[in-house]
Amino acid sequence: MVDKSWLKESATFSRPVIREIQRAAETGIYDIRGFGAKRQIPHFDDLVFLGASMSRYPLEGYRETCGTNVTLGDRFAKKPIHLDIPITIAGMSFGALSAQAKEALGRGASQMGTSTTTGDGGMTPEERGQSKYLVYQYLPSRYGMNPEDLRKADAIEVVVGQGAKPGGGGMLLGQKISPRVAGMRDLPEGIDQRSACRHPDWTGPDDLEIKIAELREITDWEKPIFIKVGAARTFYDVTLAVKAGADVVVVDGMQGGTAATQDVFIEHVGIPTLPAVRAAVNALKELDMHRKVQLIVSGGIRSGADVAKALAMGADAVSIGTAALIALGDNNDTHEAEYNKLGTSAGYYDDYQDGRDPAGICTQDPELSARLDPVAAGRRLANYLSVLTLETQTLARACGKSHVHNLEPEDLAALTIEAAAMAGVPLAGTEWIPGKF
Amino acid sequence: MNTFDLSDNPVRELNQHLHGAVTGKVVVSNAGGKHSVAVGATGAHEVEINGNVGYYCAGMNCDANIQVNGHAGPGLAENMMSGRVHVSGNASQYCAATAHGGLVVIDGDASSRCGISMKGVDIVVKGSVGHMSAFMAQKGHLVVCGDAGEALGDSIYEAQLYVGGKVESLGADCEEKEMRAEHKETLQSLLDAAGINDMTVDDFKRYGSARKLYHFNIDNASSY
Repeated sequence: MVDKSWLKESATFSRPVIREIQRAAETGIYDIRGFGAKRQIPHFDDLVFLGASMSRYPLEGYRETCGTNVTLGDRFAKKPIHLDIPITIAGMSFGALSAQAKEALGRGASQMGTSTTTGDGGMTPEERGQSKYLVYQYLPSRYGMNPEDLRKADAIEVVVGQGAKPGGGGMLLGQKISPRVAGMRDLPEGIDQRSACRHPDWTGPDDLEIKIAELREITDWEKPIFIKVGAARTFYDVTLAVKAGADVVVVDGMQGGTAATQDVFIEHVGIPTLPAVRAAVNALKELDMHRKVQLIVSGGIRSGADVAKALAMGADAVSIGTAALIALGDNNDTHEAEYNKLGTSAGYYDDYQDGRDPAGICTQDPELSARLDPVAAGRRLANYLSVLTLETQTLARACGKSHVHNLEPEDLAALTIEAAAMAGVPLAGTEWIPGKF
Repeated sequence: MNTFDLSDNPVRELNQHLHGAVTGKVVVSNAGGKHSVAVGATGAHEVEINGNVGYYCAGMNCDANIQVNGHAGPGLAENMMSGRVHVSGNASQYCAATAHGGLVVIDGDASSRCGISMKGVDIVVKGSVGHMSAFMAQKGHLVVCGDAGEALGDSIYEAQLYVGGKVESLGADCEEKEMRAEHKETLQSLLDAAGINDMTVDDFKRYGSARKLYHFNIDNASSY
């Protein structure tokens, strides 16, 4: 037995780096995986709330109300959606996820009066049936896209990009192309299904403006239209989304999850959620459209603290994907033995692409998917959403706010110079915002 | 018969009518290059549009028979589900993009990316089509009586392509296929449906997927 305690590991060539070089040399193919960015990046953890004190007074936690509702899409749509909480469920496809998982997301979101979102692959009856508010994604592939479902939706989200891979398309590997998934996507069963990275019938924001007008015409101007972008050149992207006629802009930071993307893409393209929120809010304010076009922020939202900080920076709502899957049962210790068989462990599992998810969430295998009880999993999601909401209210009350939307940047301080610069709030104990004069 | 003069009426009124339950003859005049003309139609409307149309004319059409007496801008009949669209002039890029069903007939030429990501529609172009036509085409048929531009059928899935003229180049994973009896039968029915009687099925070659990119293989990396 070698005593490893004195062995010196290279920071540059760490064990995971060495293993990846070995894996690449063995297989000749890049690593495709699910989940989001795993490396340490500046995040909401680097911000704190100042709380009420001599100059502000707080609200009583158990007696004084703190509102959480939000209206999305009242810029142009005749039927904006009114949510009870400012936390929505992000787009995830039937195909990437099992039908049971999609149903559970709908159930959990509906119990809490919030929305869920389709993904690449169309709308399933399970999902529509269980979702009080359903956002229908309009993606480059247009798999399963049809006007009937478009009219059944409560809102339409034009997906330009996502945080895990701004500028990237998608790949659903053949293992997950079951007969039902293949049928919905008009593709042969069992083949690798590629999703284009650009829309097939528009290029650039001027075309998108015409495209959005078409979608409004088809749906008689009833549905709110969201534009979702991966966080990159966020100030300009949000400006152009507003110009193109969006009712709502969704900005997804680089921590945002995916079902299947190259690891190099997940870890090295896009900017973190923290600076993206600030850039998006700056764009909306410069256009005098803040609170008129709503901003939804996603990518790495885990707790009520993250929700409250995003709202304080100026977002109208947040969206969760990875955290919602974890609430359903993803990466749960109860499946440890099976995670081990797949060469991983609970807490590390990210092979959403290969269709063997022991939790029955990221799979199309009938036996595995049957493990997920949509009612029980939906309840867990509702519980989790409830905790996020209570935590957000707790922080808002501590800052003396009677509605979570009254949180403001002035309530925040940054713990690191990087976070101060990115979020545009002062370094704690100072009035210094790096880069602002 | 209902008439809509688009120089006086907004496109909104026309589209609202086409989403209603009452079907019948609709005549649209002075289309004037407007966008989203006759989009989202539901039901067996008989729509005659006089003048050129802008982007996305007949988008997401269900069941309507739409005749355009003029040229069409980008995205004609995009994501059409069923019905028929006929353009007497030329059509711009992305004609019938992602369309699931129905028939689109272009008397003139179609531009680049004709039939991109098509999912079951039948397209007959009496003239020629531009580059990258039938890119990632999944299902349905594209008939081109004239020539096809470069990279025809790039990354194609199961759509069937028939070209009467020359093909500048084939895209990744697209190859010439044998024209068997069943293909001739299908092609003949499409030529009949489009009213083409000056060409025969023997004037065409068939193209489709080599199916080499259906499962990721690193040795094909240069084709992706």
